[in-house]
Amino acid sequence: MLAAWRTVAQRRQCPRAPALLAAARHLASQTATASAQSASVAAEVPSSSSGSEPSARLSSSSQQQEERMDFPGGSVPFTAAMSFLGGTFSPRAPLPCYRTIDSAGLAIADADIPHELDQETAVKMYKTMVTLQTVDVIFYEAQRQGRFSFYMTSSGEEATAIGSAAALTNDDVIFSQYREQGVIMYRGFSVQDMAHQCFGNIHEQGKGRQMPIHYGSKSLNFHTISSTLATQLPHAVGAAYALKLQKRNACAVAYFGEGAASEGDFHAALNFAATLKAPVVFICRNNGWAISTPATDQYRGDGIAGRGPGYGMASLRVDGGDARAVYNATAAARKIAVEQQVPVLVEAMSYRSGHHSTSDDSSRYRAAEEMRQWRARDPVARFQRWLVDQGWWSDAQDTSARQEARRDVIKALETAQKAPKPPLSAMFEDVYARMPWHLEKQQAEVFAHVRTHPDACPADIPVK
Amino acid sequence: MQRLGALLRRSQGDAVLAPQLLRTYATTQMTIRDALNSAMDEEMARDETVFVMGEEVAEYQGAYKITRGLLQKYGPKRVRDTPITEAGFTGIGVGAAFQGLRPIVEFMTFNFSMQAMDQIINSAAKHHYMSSGAITCPIVFRGANGAAAGVAAQHSQCFAAWYSSVPGLKVLAPYDAEDTRGLLKASIRDPDPVVFLENEILYGESFPVDQAVLDKDFVLPIGKAKVMRSGTDVTLIGFGKMVGYNLKAAELLEQEGISCEVVNLRSLKPLDREGIAQSIRKTHRVVSVEEGWPQCGIGSEIVSIAVEECFDDLDAPPERVTGAEVPMPYAANLEAAALPTTDHILAAVKRVMGK
Repeated sequence: MLAAWRTVAQRRQCPRAPALLAAARHLASQTATASAQSASVAAEVPSSSSGSEPSARLSSSSQQQEERMDFPGGSVPFTAAMSFLGGTFSPRAPLPCYRTIDSAGLAIADADIPHELDQETAVKMYKTMVTLQTVDVIFYEAQRQGRFSFYMTSSGEEATAIGSAAALTNDDVIFSQYREQGVIMYRGFSVQDMAHQCFGNIHEQGKGRQMPIHYGSKSLNFHTISSTLATQLPHAVGAAYALKLQKRNACAVAYFGEGAASEGDFHAALNFAATLKAPVVFICRNNGWAISTPATDQYRGDGIAGRGPGYGMASLRVDGGDARAVYNATAAARKIAVEQQVPVLVEAMSYRSGHHSTSDDSSRYRAAEEMRQWRARDPVARFQRWLVDQGWWSDAQDTSARQEARRDVIKALETAQKAPKPPLSAMFEDVYARMPWHLEKQQAEVFAHVRTHPDACPADIPVK
Repeated sequence: MQRLGALLRRSQGDAVLAPQLLRTYATTQMTIRDALNSAMDEEMARDETVFVMGEEVAEYQGAYKITRGLLQKYGPKRVRDTPITEAGFTGIGVGAAFQGLRPIVEFMTFNFSMQAMDQIINSAAKHHYMSSGAITCPIVFRGANGAAAGVAAQHSQCFAAWYSSVPGLKVLAPYDAEDTRGLLKASIRDPDPVVFLENEILYGESFPVDQAVLDKDFVLPIGKAKVMRSGTDVTLIGFGKMVGYNLKAAELLEQEGISCEVVNLRSLKPLDREGIAQSIRKTHRVVSVEEGWPQCGIGSEIVSIAVEECFDDLDAPPERVTGAEVPMPYAANLEAAALPTTDHILAAVKRVMGK
């Protein structure tokens, strides 16, 4: 039988060949052991049942062989006990939440810190948080004033975005959802860049193609944000597969919310990442709410981290409001992904302090008390307290940093608003890598029409 | 070729033997299956970023054996069997393309691509535009499209009209082995996402291909139709399997003194509007033939071109021959009744000829 399995495995050149051979050898050795054991058992059987000796030997040896169930997916032990695991009456213990700083910002003694934060990184993280908070407040107000059409804040999730971004290298490819502006800011996307994108003016890299907050930057290795939920998860797996074949010292990183994790793409991406052994880090921002849907309506299992082991993936739950813990979790996850070439799942528990977007008023479905309690555990304040305790920051520095951020943000908005909009040609470019003749023809027709009917074209569209 | 030359010299002037020799040696017969297989094989040998993924493409050698031998030649990293999730493996292919690989994603049939529609359109087709050129997606989606035989409603839909309406996608529909080789190789080399619509019924059919087509760098231009047969009385326009039906109808109509020009679209997006219009202006009559449903089908676009761009040259209203407007039934007689036949094409031509 071993020979037969070996032939099958070789002929099929099957990737599972080593496992098949190992299983066959295991079975063969069990048979050998069983035969030896059953031989000694048979010797003890009284002579009156000598006629049934062969069958007695057969039944005891077959019981010995049946300790494990070998099937195409692997090998599992048999048991005669029946017990359901999981569900309301036999729940598995939830994955605990890793943290290094408490709600007040005080360091927790003896916390695991495999990746110490140095002063330069920590201060850069905090300053980015300050700028992010300022941008969020002022851009939100700008939208309410009608200056652009849409905005989404990330209040309460600054530590998740910036803590994780700080632990990655610029070669790591980022696929985000829409509430990770802290990540692209940490990488170097300026407030001015953000303002240009929100106004869709001639200066923004996106040529006015996308609605506000859909940032992207090829040079910063941050994929242009796509509105469709969770589609970025399989993208990240595909990109990680490419990095693997290209033998790069880098991983793909996919950010998503706990609501997006209900999409089919989440299942396909995680399942696939594991079977492909793709070096991807999945970072879930579990912020408790998907517009008005609370997490209790989104899932009944152990959050998102609890699903990871089901896919055969190393998983960690972390306090998303603790920037230092998020930094360590991401650094450790990245190390596993790149060194072992496997996917890793990190679930950062936090809270969406703001509304879903400028199209939402969350006071209609959330208790004010709940929001107040979470604001009291503001991740930026916690990190600030820890920084001050290290002697790396002061109140005076904080005041001046916030004033400077406010000035920069207001100026950026003014500059962006005054800049001209993209020209008419921007409408037809980039549909394909090279403009095909039918679009050239249509573009020429539009220009010809506008030249003969200048009143037909709005004044703020440069005709070129 | 040297052998051919030697044989021709020896045959010197033999009126029967020489042409026979030329036909045998200068052209080869090739099935669509082999055309697809050889095209992918050559492109994978040429460019190591090209890889194939789909259900059953590796160990099973392809659900329709199109990828036969590729796993053995290129290994499991470049010929990947996928779990059953079209949305998942399409998304992964798209992500790999974003990151610089050139995936060929096989859908067992394009009916299953509906599960991946969002990834194909919202991600593959639109990202180059949305990112203002920063992101490219050099991916090919290929598989069987349209009616097969006896596979009924959920396995027989034609997706030509849906995909060809999307800016950002290129959509190709080969007919013979020359189309198949040239257009698939062009698709794999193209920087844009390409939807490549094959036909299961044609997989086993053989077509003559000359030496030029067998060259490993043989590519056809995307966006150009081909006049398969020149004619003067009416233009028959179709793609894929219907081109064969149009050619057959043209032969039958010739016996009745009607000269048909048969246009093989080859490319549905970009559509060769100028080539189509040129033919209609020449013959003054047009019949569009397709297997798909009538409303908003490819025929609707052909008729629009005829009316918008050739109105003054038309001697008769344009006609469409399409599949019946029903989900495909299973029973053999009903299935046959739901699809165009050569008789339908003959009848349409006679109507536009006023006969």
